[in-house]
Amino acid sequence: MRPASHWNPERAAEIIAEHAGRQGALLPLLHAIQHAFGYVDEAAEPMIADALNISRAEVHGVVTFYHDFRHAPAGRHVLKLCRAEACQAAGADPLADHAQARLGVPMGTTAPDGSVTLEPVYCLGLCATAPAAMLNGRVVGRLDSARLEALLAEAQR
Amino acid sequence: MSLRIFIPRDAGALAVGAEEVAASFATAAKRSSLAIDIVRTGSRGLYWLEPMVEVETPAGRIAFGPLTPGDAEGVLGALVTDGAHPLRLGPTEDIPWLNRQTRLTFARCGVVDLRSVADYRRHGGYAGLTRALSLGPEAIIEEVLQSGLRGRGGAGFPTGIKWRTVAQAQGAQKYIVCNADEGDSGTFADRMIMEGDPLVLIEGMTIAAIATGATKGYVYIRSEYPHAVAAMEAACAAARRDSALGHGIAGSPYDFDIEVRVGAGAYVCGEETSLLESIEGKRGTVRAKPPLPAHKGLFGQPTVINNVLSFASVPVIFEKGAAFYRDFGMGRSRGTMPIQLAGNVRHGGLFETAFGITLGELVDEIGGGTASGRPVRAVQVGGPLGAYFPRALFDTPFDYEAFAARDGLIGHGGIVVFDDSVDMAKQARFAMEFCAIESCGKCTPCRIGSTRGVETIDRIIRGEDRDANLTLVEDLCNTMKFGSLCALGGFTPYPVLSALTHFPEDFGAAPRLQAAE
Repeated sequence: MRPASHWNPERAAEIIAEHAGRQGALLPLLHAIQHAFGYVDEAAEPMIADALNISRAEVHGVVTFYHDFRHAPAGRHVLKLCRAEACQAAGADPLADHAQARLGVPMGTTAPDGSVTLEPVYCLGLCATAPAAMLNGRVVGRLDSARLEALLAEAQR
Repeated sequence: MSLRIFIPRDAGALAVGAEEVAASFATAAKRSSLAIDIVRTGSRGLYWLEPMVEVETPAGRIAFGPLTPGDAEGVLGALVTDGAHPLRLGPTEDIPWLNRQTRLTFARCGVVDLRSVADYRRHGGYAGLTRALSLGPEAIIEEVLQSGLRGRGGAGFPTGIKWRTVAQAQGAQKYIVCNADEGDSGTFADRMIMEGDPLVLIEGMTIAAIATGATKGYVYIRSEYPHAVAAMEAACAAARRDSALGHGIAGSPYDFDIEVRVGAGAYVCGEETSLLESIEGKRGTVRAKPPLPAHKGLFGQPTVINNVLSFASVPVIFEKGAAFYRDFGMGRSRGTMPIQLAGNVRHGGLFETAFGITLGELVDEIGGGTASGRPVRAVQVGGPLGAYFPRALFDTPFDYEAFAARDGLIGHGGIVVFDDSVDMAKQARFAMEFCAIESCGKCTPCRIGSTRGVETIDRIIRGEDRDANLTLVEDLCNTMKFGSLCALGGFTPYPVLSALTHFPEDFGAAPRLQAAE
């Protein structure tokens, strides 16, 4: 499901060269790396630091600051469940409990079979059709147990 | 002539099946050899009716909704035979929920083909820019000042003053930055306008650029909004092709272009200085002010940074005049506010109206109470940093000062409705927990106070030393309020203290704090 391919330093070097000349290049660059490989490999950090003429610590600091950047590949599917107030008001908490119980893993981790990574998200802007979820980038509103079951089944296929 | 059918591509509509409905219309039309032209628009914001589909008729657009893919054939049949349909809502503009609104900023949202500059112009787009170009920079700023427009991101700072400061500042390069990091739960107006009328935002930013002498703009959109990112990128490309962006805008001597930047899942980047750090490629930590971004903003240069809705409200001010806009509203809150009704609400969606409407009217009349059918117990206004209000405060008018007077804030205009099953101690705990997750770590009260806050509220919930711990939470809230650099640590006390003040019974204590009123 994910566009990820195996870590490849040559491909990474190309991506870095593509973005290095931009003003404030680091975030677009990290997004591009993650888009290509599914995560930001630690080996990318010194390469980026070198290209942008900043320290490796600065790159690492940015990678770890933002929730989006992964340090390891995700599962084959990524299911994000909104945990923010509007979805809470519409009954998101029991749904999150259900998803965790069904997959047997806590929020923020990947199922042991590598099928799905379950993640919290704090607002998808779908607050008038709450509770909301996102499966591999596809938005789902008016989530209830039946729709969640369908999403989990899809993610475990 | 083919039948024009309008189907939203708004994420909120897609989340409930708009794409499948669009496909079903194409299939059903093909099967009955009916020539149809499907136009993708934004959402009108009547989300309980989504997917809502509109059809062009000689008498105006007729709406149907909420539709499922199975309804397409029936709807087309009813149109051909002029027959009835159970999901027919009548002329869109006559739907009372829409009819009651004053749509200035959102006038075109859900109406126009969102990727067509020509369609945008046909609906009055770029009339504001044309007038702004004829006025020149100084008169533009005067017009914005006269309109009374205040920052719609939450702080309510007069937009014209911000622009004037940047216009007067010296810098080799000036920037226009649009804060589209709409992280507050219960808000989606920025997303809707970007997905429904992105050119209005581009037009507003362009007017700001002309006023201040900026030539480069950034729209910083959160990564949780992939559809808005795609819509903005497409709209920027369309505007460039139409010479509405780039070198010599609309034949004028002004140059201006916009780049879309995508966030990476940090709530704190909605704070303006942290957003600037993020565009610069750094950790999204908050900067101390002064210097103001207007003096030393992006890359150390003079920068206008405004919210999506602030920029999107500018074109109509120039199209219709400052006085027209200023005549709406109350007190020092002029114009209209796109209010978002969300959570456990029967009629959720976007309701744009003049300032001054009461909270009770919004929740009970317009929102229609809860979706669950149970009584409304609390509403949170203004996102995760906004106060929880009980029914007793439902007479509060929607106005910056009126909410502040009751220890609340209108923020970005989001209202989240909760029914009587809500546990307010849990909500107060969540406010602290969210602050702990999202704190940038720069200030101690926010970074550590939020974690101590979770622990202390947990003790209260468990019944340990209630009174002492309640005093401790209050004390901690004061430290966070006055000791934090930005609104994350500074405003987290709003939901916590309002929950304690108005719903003490949920903390297992007799009412002990002085109520706000």
